[in-house]
Amino acid sequence: MNTLLQLTVSGLSNGMIYALVAVGFVVVYKASDVINFAQGEFLLIGAYLSFTLIGPLGLPWSVGVALTLAIAAVVGLVVERLVIRPLIGEPIISMIMVTIGLSSVLKALVSAIWGTRPRAFPAFLPEGEIRIGQAVLGLDRLISIAVALLLLGLLSLFFRYAKDGIAMRAIADDQQAALSMGISIHRVLAVAWALAAMTATIGGLLLANVVGVGQDISYVGVRVFPVVILGGLDSVLGAVVAGAIIGLLEAYTGGYVGHGLNLIVPFLVLIVVLMVRPYGLFGKEIIERV
Amino acid sequence: MQSGVFFTDYRRDMALRRLPLEKLRLAGFAVAVVLFGLLASPYWLNLANQIAIATIGAIGLNILVGYTGQISLGQGAFMAVGAYSAGILTARVGLPVALSLLLASLITAAVGVGFGLPSLRLKGLYLAIATLAAQQIVEWLITHWTALTGGTEAMVVPATKLLGLALNRDGSFYWVGTGLAAASALATANLFRSRIGRAFVAIRDQDIAAGAIGVDVFRTKLMAFATSSFLVGLSGALLAHHRTIVTWERFTIETSITYLAMIIIGGLGTISGSFFGATLIVLLPALISTLGRNLQGTAPMLTQLLPFIQQGVFGLILILFLVLEPEGLARLWRNVKDYFRLWPFSY
Repeated sequence: MNTLLQLTVSGLSNGMIYALVAVGFVVVYKASDVINFAQGEFLLIGAYLSFTLIGPLGLPWSVGVALTLAIAAVVGLVVERLVIRPLIGEPIISMIMVTIGLSSVLKALVSAIWGTRPRAFPAFLPEGEIRIGQAVLGLDRLISIAVALLLLGLLSLFFRYAKDGIAMRAIADDQQAALSMGISIHRVLAVAWALAAMTATIGGLLLANVVGVGQDISYVGVRVFPVVILGGLDSVLGAVVAGAIIGLLEAYTGGYVGHGLNLIVPFLVLIVVLMVRPYGLFGKEIIERV
Repeated sequence: MQSGVFFTDYRRDMALRRLPLEKLRLAGFAVAVVLFGLLASPYWLNLANQIAIATIGAIGLNILVGYTGQISLGQGAFMAVGAYSAGILTARVGLPVALSLLLASLITAAVGVGFGLPSLRLKGLYLAIATLAAQQIVEWLITHWTALTGGTEAMVVPATKLLGLALNRDGSFYWVGTGLAAASALATANLFRSRIGRAFVAIRDQDIAAGAIGVDVFRTKLMAFATSSFLVGLSGALLAHHRTIVTWERFTIETSITYLAMIIIGGLGTISGSFFGATLIVLLPALISTLGRNLQGTAPMLTQLLPFIQQGVFGLILILFLVLEPEGLARLWRNVKDYFRLWPFSY
């Protein structure tokens, strides 16, 4: 029972980080049909930037986080302008490969600037634990679940009420119609990439706060694929639900089964979902002849 | 003076080499390859061997991605299957090396068909993600199925000889590697002059139309997976025999990405492009480290940064090619050829 509770909390906190990264992924996909393999590197940049700003530079954490987010947004905008925009309308493989090339460049930059040695993150979430019965729950994990849920809620409000959010949904729904209504696709694309970089950055912050800063946290960029496919590539709600499911699944198989099986269970789920229900739990059902 | 390449009968139009100049160029290239094998230093022979192995793998991937249009992120897994099969067949079963190369390639082809099964329902992006998942699963199997693969420990392959040529020595492997690379290139060129090869291309260009004119789409896709992974398995098996050691780190998702970069930089759907791309991607890190060693005196910081510079330049070149010349080096090469053939009236 105690193990179950602890595994649930750690699974959910990982799952919510997946969900944050996945939302950025979904936003980019909806706006431009681009699968972004560099999402994990956005997360890496976010984690290292905030590490430097809060740690060695000694800024208060609120300023540090705000500054990190601003820089992340700029990175997203620059990437969209320089790399993605020239390739709009190119075949899928070009789009996939250009984000892979991007991830390679970003990873190299991060390693060149910060080195490859993993470091402890200057904890800004209050440390401590809550005891429920015998179970010890890390306060930082609970807070990161809450923060992630709050942000995801804010994002769904953004899509519902903000002008840019509505424009994004319009573009995703019917590009031609949206364009003829005077929506600028360039602006929407730019917002989408900035948002993707920012959500990944927050994911990186929360993750680094729990496990420390190191090259290997960019693995989330690959592990987000099962999440987006299970949730549906074009569904924000799906990303959240699937993030929770995949996070919990990993935690439970890791805790109860072992053998490193938690590393591939998400991918087994991914293959099953692709075979049975390729559009995922909440994705738009598109019937495509193969 | 020419304005283009035109023929009046089909036989000449379908020929493997259509112009006297092409035959001349090929003969010149063959002579250069032989001379290189006789004269080059061990360092360069080693690089050439890496290029030969990578060329076979890249041609294999190009059959699947460039010619048939099925995006695969599972190249690393295919190579792993080839390498580990060759290792196990030689070290534990004790088969002669020719048989082990052939069987390893066939096993990889069978695994490739298994990878291809999702293409019954998936295409494009979704197929790419399915192969990504399969790659992760194969990686996990290799590191965890210790009884078969030795897990994370390196598997040692005994030194072997093929036709009297020691495969673990750079000087003698060169002839086997370039010979097999040339054979793969020739076989692939001929494949795409046949009905099956044209069916592959038809599926890439428009699968529904291909089905309508009588191509069995699913079967043909599986055949593409099989032929492609046969060559990729051969490349993996050669790698195992050449290095006499097999480790799982060489077959991760990074490998898949490297090979995709080769065929994109070289040129999708071209055989010469597979060779150009393999050459560039193999030589690039070597050139960068040579440059770094020479500059060591002036900038000592550089040595630490070298791996990151290699990684960054790799990504940068990939992006630049995609943005500026999506058809890759093969296209650039064709432009050069056209320029000289049509000179001085090149329009």
